[in-house]
Amino acid sequence: MSQAIPVAEQSLSLMQRARIWWTFFQVAINERLVYRGDFMIGTLMRFLPTLTQIFLWWAIYDVVAQSGSDSIASYRYGDMVAYYLMVTIARAFSSMPGLTSGIANQVRNGEVKKFLIQPIDMQGCLLVQRIAHKLVYYLIATLPFALVFFLCRDFFIDGWPSTEVTIVFFASLILTFLLGFFMESAIGLISFWFLEVTSLTFIYMLMNFLLSGHMFPLELLPESPINVRGFVEFLPFKYLAYFPAAVFLGKVEGPEMYRGLAIEASWVLFFIIISRIMWIRGVKRYSGYGG
Amino acid sequence: MPVIEIKNLSKSYRVYQKREGVMASIKGLFHREYKEVHAVNDISLEVEEGEFVAFLGPNGAGKTTTLKLLSGVINPTSGTCSVLGHVPWERKNEYRRRFALVMGQKNQLWWDLPAAESFRLNQHIYGISAEEFNRTRDELTDMLDVTRLLSQPVRELSLGERMKMELIAALLHKPDVLFLDEPTIGLDVIAQHKIQQFLKHYQETQNNTILLTSHYMKDISALCKRVVIIAGGEIYHDGSLEEIVDRFSSHKIVTLQMANDRSLEGLQNLPNVISVEAPKIKFRVDREDVGQTLGEILGLHDVDDIVVEDPPLEDVIASAFSDAAEQQKSQQETIEASSP
Repeated sequence: MSQAIPVAEQSLSLMQRARIWWTFFQVAINERLVYRGDFMIGTLMRFLPTLTQIFLWWAIYDVVAQSGSDSIASYRYGDMVAYYLMVTIARAFSSMPGLTSGIANQVRNGEVKKFLIQPIDMQGCLLVQRIAHKLVYYLIATLPFALVFFLCRDFFIDGWPSTEVTIVFFASLILTFLLGFFMESAIGLISFWFLEVTSLTFIYMLMNFLLSGHMFPLELLPESPINVRGFVEFLPFKYLAYFPAAVFLGKVEGPEMYRGLAIEASWVLFFIIISRIMWIRGVKRYSGYGG
Repeated sequence: MPVIEIKNLSKSYRVYQKREGVMASIKGLFHREYKEVHAVNDISLEVEEGEFVAFLGPNGAGKTTTLKLLSGVINPTSGTCSVLGHVPWERKNEYRRRFALVMGQKNQLWWDLPAAESFRLNQHIYGISAEEFNRTRDELTDMLDVTRLLSQPVRELSLGERMKMELIAALLHKPDVLFLDEPTIGLDVIAQHKIQQFLKHYQETQNNTILLTSHYMKDISALCKRVVIIAGGEIYHDGSLEEIVDRFSSHKIVTLQMANDRSLEGLQNLPNVISVEAPKIKFRVDREDVGQTLGEILGLHDVDDIVVEDPPLEDVIASAFSDAAEQQKSQQETIEASSP
């Protein structure tokens, strides 16, 4: 995000800037490895809610079967379980534990000063740090993830999707990471205006939970009397969980899939700009009122 | 040309006034009362290259606010300031590479990692060449005697050790200007002394400009030739340490070692006796009366030894602070009296 740094930054060569971020990345990795035990347990815990979902939907499909149908909103039982597993993957990219509260804490206790005093950008730091954290996480989580997916392989009724879909799926995962990061950092930056952002974070989490497809596939949302389903289409939340999973499972295809990817990218850009503006104005306010 | 030039610098905050009680809190939801606080009020100051200046003042006097203004963390309400030819609150990277701020109560190192990692990060942030970085780091860790702690996570270090690491981290890029906000707060006497010695030596060899705030007189008397007393956001005194003693202490402390317990007789009744530990007596004498008083005593009593000294710096400063507070109070009263 260095383009927003004042003109003076130009005196640094691209090479030097890359060195800064690379060192930062290494340091963040080292820091993260301190907590590897905590990570292992955290990863396995991620699948616990999925397990309860599997049992719940098993019971529901049992009832549905009695009326002679085998699917709900085009999801068969296997699709439903596969959906939850894919959502777990998407959320492993888009969820940003501690980002909002971390920024709010830094503003409140004044640690944010560091980024005013030192010639380094806060958001860039946080992003590099987050990438490092995520990579360490994936490294450690690969084994448990692989195990769960191997055990659940039969739920993927249609098997592995085409190469084209796989590429779009991975692109959507990278974008969902960026979207989650910039959305949550924007919320964290609100702390420049209101010191306490816990309730805002809670609202965000709730919206995320219901409208991202984390709780259930968005196809299950009602279209009448109020068109909730259509409404959710206009929000950024669905790209945090539903969209990557839907791409992988073939629920969105062809031009629809590319359109979704483009909208996701636009949301990322939107939140990059928003959070950038918020940072600049927040710092202005911070330095005007106190610190 | 002075390194730091401050002209009529002011900073005021609007502070939300909350009254006690639930009703007041509810009222506060709709209508808020604010009070203007003048943290720094019309300060002018010049600091030349290589000076080591102490900012002294009671809590809330505006010392830290001044340092924050100088390091560009906050913008002033009015006035101008230039440090190394830059306006601090423009936060240009050219400026940010040339100064450092160390706050005794804030931690800038990575908590879970060895200090060496934080140093390496600073190396790249400030674009220091590997060769120079290694040389500076080894020199500094050697001087502060922390080389063996480099690979230990910062959270496992003691407060004193951590402070030393903070200092090293701030000095790696050889800042031309260094702001130190209570660097020895909470440290034991030995650690304090060590840091004082280090700062003194460092400043003498590097000839950089240092501004320091501290509540420990030892820090100030060991390090700074020039002392600026700030009270209520205004500069109350600017000069050498000796000048402060001259200006704010009206008396000297005299200690007499008498030949025997009997020669003490009659002296106990002197005004301003501080302590009597026979055959020793300690008392306060007005500056201009020292010669006369001693002459009289020597004529009448058997005295073995005489020590005449300035009162402890702490006392002098305390009296300077209360002086400043009184002056401000009277100023305020005149303002209030003149306004309807």
